[in-house]
Amino acid sequence: MFEFEIITENFSSYLDGMWLTAQLVGIALAAGLVMAVPLAVMRVSNNPFLYRPVWLYTYFFRGTPMLIQLLVVYYGLAQFQWMQDAWEAQSPFWLLFREPFFCALLAFAVNTCAYTVEILAGSIRSIPHGEIEAAQAMGMTPFTRLRRITLPSALRRSIPAYSNEVIFMLQGSAIASAVTLVDITGAARDVYSRHFAPFEAFVFAGLIYLLMTFAIVGLFRLAEQRWLAHLMPRKTQAAH
Amino acid sequence: MKKLTAAALLTLLALNVGAKDWTEVRLASEGAYPPFNGLAPDGSLIGLDIDIGNAICAEMKLKCTWVKQDWDGMIPALVARKFDAILASMSITEDRKKKVDFSNKYYASPVALIGKNGSPLKPDLAVLKGKKVAAQRGTVADNFATKFWGKEGVTIVRYAKQEEAYADLKSGRVDAAIADYWEAKGGFLDADAGKGFGMLGEKIYGKTADERATVGEGIGIAVRKQDKELKEIFNKGIAAIRAKGTYDKIAKKYFSEDIYGN
Repeated sequence: MFEFEIITENFSSYLDGMWLTAQLVGIALAAGLVMAVPLAVMRVSNNPFLYRPVWLYTYFFRGTPMLIQLLVVYYGLAQFQWMQDAWEAQSPFWLLFREPFFCALLAFAVNTCAYTVEILAGSIRSIPHGEIEAAQAMGMTPFTRLRRITLPSALRRSIPAYSNEVIFMLQGSAIASAVTLVDITGAARDVYSRHFAPFEAFVFAGLIYLLMTFAIVGLFRLAEQRWLAHLMPRKTQAAH
Repeated sequence: MKKLTAAALLTLLALNVGAKDWTEVRLASEGAYPPFNGLAPDGSLIGLDIDIGNAICAEMKLKCTWVKQDWDGMIPALVARKFDAILASMSITEDRKKKVDFSNKYYASPVALIGKNGSPLKPDLAVLKGKKVAAQRGTVADNFATKFWGKEGVTIVRYAKQEEAYADLKSGRVDAAIADYWEAKGGFLDADAGKGFGMLGEKIYGKTADERATVGEGIGIAVRKQDKELKEIFNKGIAAIRAKGTYDKIAKKYFSEDIYGN
């Protein structure tokens, strides 16, 4: 039925793939989150010169599939003569676009950033009025208010929604194999074509994703306990 | 008396089914893989496969008719007796051998290393070490490169589609590509997309027995497993047209190079 030998024989390629997936998703999420914080503040601003460009950005990247974005960055840009000339000339910046890892990282980071901006912006908009009024009453400047009250509160309250985004990114990263990267899915495809055993190859890949998702869910539970404790239902003392 | 004659006739018929006397043969081809098999303006099949088939039939005194059949249903239709043999540039593979029998090859299907014209690379480990070679995942070319180069320090970059491998070869992401020779020739080198690119070194038929087994036996004529006699007729026919020079005449019509291999 299930030939475990195929898995044990190729275990190291799966491990390598898992490491690549972890790097890709980890770095893309970190970069996306860092960029998303200032963009989210711009997104909720009343100034059209600030919020319009960010609106356009999130609209565009949430409105097109990540696979298409990746294919454009990897195959699309490489089609142009100027890009090939830049590679020929060893231009350090454009050479980055020759590497499939960088292309995937760029596409993933820009994509997750767009979603994270909307998550954070929603969180900022739904901040309780009382918190803002209290900060104003204390005489805080708008920047101090943002730094001390708005952002910490919004970031905390976006943890549950953001955990979904992290899980989506992990699953979405499976498209990295479309640009020759041997991530978990790429390793599974190689095993499949070598042994003609799609069931074993893909079921095991699925198990690895499942395990990684469990780990992410666990980490976010810890984060929620740490930063959202004040929003949890209060524990009642058992009656004697 | 009448009954006896009838019984004798029936026996004859039954014998005929067992050891069929091949005088008429229905051959099938696809008509979508020029110059090996294509369609004439009137819809009839033309190409190298068809010329080879007709030459064998003339040689072996068979009356042959052609059937056009889509690639997907080719082997099932053969098994279902819609026709008796396939001449559609079909590679002899272990998988197909489970369902049908093949004649000896009537032309070779080597793999080839493709790269920029003037590239110093060739299918030789000493020069390929440390280079990136593109291949379509799961093809004969991929198996060959993975098995004999991948463990020796050549990076094999795998693609889901052959066109993607060529795209990365053109843009310079990989140093060379390895592919089925005929596929590379028809699909890339002879097309506009392949301008400035060519085969590097010689065609790869495999030097050791292990390498030759990986590259495969070549292109053969497929027949139903029970039709051993027909397979033998084709084998004799191929040998005969090779010996008499008919084969070379046909091959020259389409290619300026040797297609039979060694």
